Amino acid sequence: MRPGAGAVLVLTLFVGLAAAGFARAQDAAPQTCEVPSHLLSTESTLPKVAEAVKNARPLTVLVVGSRSSTILSSENSAYPAKLQAALKEKLPSTPINLSIELQTGKTAEEVDANLVKLVEAKRPTLVIWQTGTVDAMRSVDPDDFRGAVEEGVAALQNAGSDVVLVNLQYSPRTETMISAPPYLDNMRVVAQQHNVPLFDRFAIMRHWNDAGDFDLFSTFHGTDMAKRVHACLGRALSKFVLDAARLDQAQQN
Amino acid sequence: MSSIADPVAGTPRSDAKAVSAAPAITLPVAGERELRLDLFRGMALWLIFIDHLPANILTWFTIRNYGFSDATEIFIFISGYTAAFVYGRAMLEAGFVVATARILRRVWQIYVAHVFLFTIFLAEISYVATRFENPLYSEEMGIMDFLKQPDVTIVQALLLRFRPVNMDVLPLYIVLMLFLPIILWLMKWRADIALALSVLLYALTWHFDWYLTAYPSGFWIFNPFCWQLLFVFGAWCALGGAARMSRILSSPVTMWICVAYLSAAFFVTLTWHIPQLSFLMPKRIEQWMYPITKTDLDVLRFAHFLALAALTVRFLPKNWSGLKSPWLRPLILCGQHSLEIFCLGIFLAFAGHFVLAEVSGGAFTHAMVSLAGILIMWGVAWVISWYKHSADKGASKTKIAGGNADMAGGSA
Repeated sequence: MRPGAGAVLVLTLFVGLAAAGFARAQDAAPQTCEVPSHLLSTESTLPKVAEAVKNARPLTVLVVGSRSSTILSSENSAYPAKLQAALKEKLPSTPINLSIELQTGKTAEEVDANLVKLVEAKRPTLVIWQTGTVDAMRSVDPDDFRGAVEEGVAALQNAGSDVVLVNLQYSPRTETMISAPPYLDNMRVVAQQHNVPLFDRFAIMRHWNDAGDFDLFSTFHGTDMAKRVHACLGRALSKFVLDAARLDQAQQN
Repeated sequence: MSSIADPVAGTPRSDAKAVSAAPAITLPVAGERELRLDLFRGMALWLIFIDHLPANILTWFTIRNYGFSDATEIFIFISGYTAAFVYGRAMLEAGFVVATARILRRVWQIYVAHVFLFTIFLAEISYVATRFENPLYSEEMGIMDFLKQPDVTIVQALLLRFRPVNMDVLPLYIVLMLFLPIILWLMKWRADIALALSVLLYALTWHFDWYLTAYPSGFWIFNPFCWQLLFVFGAWCALGGAARMSRILSSPVTMWICVAYLSAAFFVTLTWHIPQLSFLMPKRIEQWMYPITKTDLDVLRFAHFLALAALTVRFLPKNWSGLKSPWLRPLILCGQHSLEIFCLGIFLAFAGHFVLAEVSGGAFTHAMVSLAGILIMWGVAWVISWYKHSADKGASKTKIAGGNADMAGGSA
């Protein structure tokens, strides 16, 4: 028995792999918060948004979300505001009305109860529903969570709105405490089954962290990093919405 | 001597006999140590450790990226197998009461290990809670609220109802081991009926949606009513089932079914990693298949594990010379001391998270942390093995007849 030889092999193998990974990380160093195109494209469509834009009607967007849809005491830097700005820039001839309904600390099931009321009051063309975080923190049964999201999506669609789902944040510091995967999976399932575009905030943020755009592990940051992350999220979300509405080509012409 | 690793390590009682010709394990045969079990359990322990760390380059080596099942299935199956092997023999030789007493001692050890890990976890997150103030995650940090009422939280943790992420396997293991005396007793009477009852429980759980609740809300991440199927199946295989299945296992038809199923599963997982491929997946199948639940041990996961196991048994014979090679030694050593190494792996995963959070390194640091963890696991397994081996030498003079000493795990 010569464990030494085994150790050398294992070590060499892993060091080689690690070096490869390191080299890759170095390539991706520039801090532009770019998002790989597959994370921004979807098969599902937003017909109502497309129609509104083509007929030059105003685009009413309602963001329903929990606390991760805002930055405390600097709401204008949070992703919904950035989304509005980006949409205005890209659709100069369309008035964009965006409003936010924060449902702090509510699970998908609890939000369901309010959704219809909200939609009836505002008649949005598009509802962006960010959910999953509260459910994951309270470890709601994933099946119940899926049912609640399904119900909510169906209610929104019946009320005549397009829907975009936004999933959890990638939060590496709380990874040992909050189990995100079941909720991510179930949101993906609902999105697939109901033909709803899913903005994969989790994967996008993880990509930024891996690529070195943001160090999401970091302990001491003021609101500065939160603002930069939200700015990037807002811009990415605007691209995603335009792609899902198949408006990106139209804009280039 | 009352080593923690002894019972689960699944060591047959006499290394000296070395009956290598035993075709498959049936209860009365005290064969040579089944190194394949150690090998794959060691592998499962490494993979569980890697999967508990933030994704890095080593994560691509874990089997969950290539199919439905993952290391947990391997771990629970082999645990059932070895537990039945060791305590089944005890039950035959010393009777139901003594075997039950030994099993309960084992349960107690696992419970203590769990509580120990929980203490470390508490220390870690208390630290994070006081130091971490990123406004980006103000919502997620709400998870720390339970620290405000430690009285309730700690009692719930002792009742196994409050389990942090990544600490779900040991409670499952504790519950499964608690029921082992009954399982073994049934197996001794009619092994097939025991297995049939297990399948029935699994089916009823799916039908009636039974689960165990957790604190402060939610449910057990690994539903014991479902996961018992793997454990009991492992026990059934250990007590002669594997031998009886050998004809089915060696048939080429089985092999091709397994290959086809594994390829299909591989393709499906590929569409998760490369979303551009997902247009190839028929919507019908997607709707039928998803979600593939881990909590309730989805049938697709179980089948995936079966297929993997069938191919492994077929292409990796028991007497494969590679099992003795020094290259696989680290894995086998870890598998032979599974409880210690499992707990160590959980601890190292916490520590790894902590280091990564403090050092804030890139992909290289991430990979290094995983690698360092594996080397530590190996090192500790080696030390434990060395310790038991020397302890055995000292003890064998006084305790020749008993033969009940800890088998150091064949570190020849």
